Amino acid sequence: MLRTGCRIEKKTRFEASNRRKDEAIVNAIEPDITPELAAAHGLKPDEYARILALIGRTPSFTELGIFSAMWNEHCSYKSSRLHLRKLPTKAPWVIQGPGENAGVIDIGDGLACVFKMESHNHPSFIEPFQGAATGVGGILRDVFTMGARPVACLNLLRFGAPEHPRTRHLVAGVVAGIGAYGNSFGVPTVGGSTNFDKSYDGNILVNAMAVGIAKANEIFYAKASGVGNKVVYLGSKTGRDGIHGATMASAAFDADAEAKRPAVQVGDPFTEKLLLEACLELMQTGAVIAIQDMGAAGLTSSGVEMGAKGNLGIALDLDRVPCRETGMSAYEMLLSESQERMLMVLDPAKEREAEAIFRKWGLDFAVIGETTDTLRFTVTHRGQVKADLPIKELGDTAPLYDRPHIPSPKQAPIDPASIAAPIPHAEALARLIATPDLCSKRWIYEQYDHLILGNTVQAPGGDAAVIRIGDGPKGLALTTDVTQRYCQADPFEGGKQAVAEAWRNLTAVGARPRAITDNLNFGNPEKPEIMGQLIACIEGIGEACRALDFPVVSGNVSLYNESSGSAIAPTPAIGGVGLIEDVSLTASLPFKRPGETILLIGETAGWLGRSLYLREICGCEIGAPPPVDLAAERRNGDFVRGLIASQTVTAVHDISDGGLAVALAEMAMAGAIGASIEISPSLPTPGFLFGEDQARYVVTAAPESAAAIRDAAERAGVACEIIGATGGDTLTLSAGTAILLDDLALANEAWLPRYMAQSHS
Amino acid sequence: MNAAIILFPGSNRERDAIRAIEKVTGKKPSLVWHGETALPAGTDLVLLPGGFSYGDYLRCGAIAARAPVMDAVRAHAARGGLVLGICNGFQIMVEAGLLPGVLMRNANLRFVCRMQHLTVERNDTPFTSHYAKGQVIKVAIAHGEGNYEADAETIRRLEGDSRVAFRYSNARGVIGGGANPNGSTNAIAGIYSENFRVLGLMPHPENLIDPLVGGIDGRGLFEGVAGFTRAA
Repeated sequence: MLRTGCRIEKKTRFEASNRRKDEAIVNAIEPDITPELAAAHGLKPDEYARILALIGRTPSFTELGIFSAMWNEHCSYKSSRLHLRKLPTKAPWVIQGPGENAGVIDIGDGLACVFKMESHNHPSFIEPFQGAATGVGGILRDVFTMGARPVACLNLLRFGAPEHPRTRHLVAGVVAGIGAYGNSFGVPTVGGSTNFDKSYDGNILVNAMAVGIAKANEIFYAKASGVGNKVVYLGSKTGRDGIHGATMASAAFDADAEAKRPAVQVGDPFTEKLLLEACLELMQTGAVIAIQDMGAAGLTSSGVEMGAKGNLGIALDLDRVPCRETGMSAYEMLLSESQERMLMVLDPAKEREAEAIFRKWGLDFAVIGETTDTLRFTVTHRGQVKADLPIKELGDTAPLYDRPHIPSPKQAPIDPASIAAPIPHAEALARLIATPDLCSKRWIYEQYDHLILGNTVQAPGGDAAVIRIGDGPKGLALTTDVTQRYCQADPFEGGKQAVAEAWRNLTAVGARPRAITDNLNFGNPEKPEIMGQLIACIEGIGEACRALDFPVVSGNVSLYNESSGSAIAPTPAIGGVGLIEDVSLTASLPFKRPGETILLIGETAGWLGRSLYLREICGCEIGAPPPVDLAAERRNGDFVRGLIASQTVTAVHDISDGGLAVALAEMAMAGAIGASIEISPSLPTPGFLFGEDQARYVVTAAPESAAAIRDAAERAGVACEIIGATGGDTLTLSAGTAILLDDLALANEAWLPRYMAQSHS
Repeated sequence: MNAAIILFPGSNRERDAIRAIEKVTGKKPSLVWHGETALPAGTDLVLLPGGFSYGDYLRCGAIAARAPVMDAVRAHAARGGLVLGICNGFQIMVEAGLLPGVLMRNANLRFVCRMQHLTVERNDTPFTSHYAKGQVIKVAIAHGEGNYEADAETIRRLEGDSRVAFRYSNARGVIGGGANPNGSTNAIAGIYSENFRVLGLMPHPENLIDPLVGGIDGRGLFEGVAGFTRAA
């Protein structure tokens, strides 16, 4: 960079004139508070009336901003709260359920697993790189705020149709953004789920999950305590970025989505890494009484939450907030969503020690207020009281809606015998394996550092990721799942299926599924049919969680996922965590050696409704999705887990999208070993090969163990049949239709890189 | 072996390196903060770990190369001490003038993390005596800027002096084509200083020390260094 005197002088003059301008803005008379201004803040007339009734006067401009931040859908869950109560959240191993920064479960040996998933959908559509990056940053902060060191990240991505002109650009940006943040921060991104559907053309989904490990007796919470304790601001400086980010997340997109770019935050993973190390170091000193990260609605939300949870007031002096730019107003400071910031209440005796730690890491440390016994959230700036609001009521009296809802119309099941194969099975399989949904996602996960920390036992590409905890032998299995085409056709069964599939994926590596985090992505809840989808999905999730002892410990709701009036498919993403007692006794999906027996576990009815086969090969999306028999799910899963624990099976893969044929192809490609399969004579073949019946697994075993497995299955009431053997360099689905493995693998690997290499149109 | 791991703000594979050294040598390395001006007395090996020092915001390694502790590292190298730079550590080394060349953005402009085969070019150095010459090892790579470049004269000299430590290859040891993950000249994955006491490499041997987690092909490097310091 040129450093001439002339340039510096010019710059100073420029800054000075800017400062004058800024001061003028701050000192300018704030806008009159009118119902129109309230409406522009996303507050409905009845909500504005509620504010007037609550405080008994017209709110100040700053206060209006605070209400808009606290009462938007994103922060208040006003449309979903009523229904979320139906979810099971308790189990003997749950330490902390929903309501804190993240959920916490006991994993034994004095350790706890802290995890949560959260969406960053709207920002990622507007600015994919920064939107996705800050989504990762936000969820990592949620986890280490609780005292846990992050050990893994996952994500669930949903993009529009590949042929949509924006899709390629969004894939490239989102993947690069997730990688840039996680890689620099130093957490392995070990798993995820990515697919494409035209319902996401104008509203993609970027859901990020973070998982951390903490000592079970050293979990930190947001609840403040003690009157007169210092409220301390830590981390990055506050700028004008992300103002009204949470409000943006609570409205549907229309044609002016691009204009909302300034509401997207900018991420700095380097500072976040420093913040992590500084926070964990500080927590060791015993100085931290309460801690809350500044996420959605920044300083407002974190301040109010800490006070309200602790039955205390909070008084903030904004003149002491470290700012990146001059002349920021109280309104802007309170609503800024600048990243990498924390709010803490510290033990006054240890303030010096705390400050030294933050200075060492080069981070801002500023006392910006204190706890009070007034139960009010007061904010002063330049000698003026800018806000003075009842702190409990800000959260507690947020609107709660029982919105009108209508159920989705039931779809009739498809008779498998009515589906004739339009093309030979081998060709259908080759085509399926190369579709955007089923192709290898290597192009994506190779951009994520999935090996850092040296504990990745099973990398992306399997049913669930497996990471070792510390030096082992324990480990965690992690997965993210949802099948939105099932949810679209039947939200209740789809909700059940999302949970069951997560449970099945964890089981398939040998883990005991323990708990989930959910990320409910839906359209506009003010439309009864969308509200109906949301309620049915929640009920389906609840039913599956109860049947599988798989409680919800944290979650996020993302509504208004619409563009120009068109909603996304209902997408209740499930992030599952399972516990592994010994990571050396897990299973993986590649075929291990030729000459082994292949067994199919679970009942096969040949269910083709809403299958990928129907969509991709027959060109229709019809029928009811496969029902989930939760009792069978549990029985079959427990049986498979037992086989893994006793090391009776050599490879395990659950059967999901694309059915048995795709599962076999994935096992064969991963192991570079072929197989030949006998097609069941009792079933129409497309249904047998490509049906998506639930609660099923493919396992392999030494031929001499196969009969014993079948007998044990029979005793356990589990359907189990021997369907073929591994070996050779082809996959043979029935005599005469052999497909070369190399051809399959080539097709499977080729689609995504080829698609991404095409020029941006 | 007394190892010292230098910590920069933004280092993030230091834990992996600590664990590798501890597992292989049984001795915990000391951690040295970037603001220090001296190394612990008796340091045998200085390790510059992977990560994103200073966020890699200016140019990878450029700011870390100017950290106070780097004078002590350079002095250690000048005395003939061992220095190992991994990934960001390698990038810091070239910025600090400890090794020649530069590390540019990967040829396809994307970060890449995968298991990668390397050929061990020679096994008569302090770092590689536990490998066979020409052995193919499998280690992890995880970088966005690992594309090694230098002017033609430097490359000629590096090759002429056999200072290339590792090259990217496929499982059979064949170099070139898709086996080169980042476009590095001559598939160079790591290079030595003139006295072979300083090694910089992009791959992560510290992540390959356990059969359960990818394999143990990285152990040899740490075993080699430990053996060398014992003998010295």
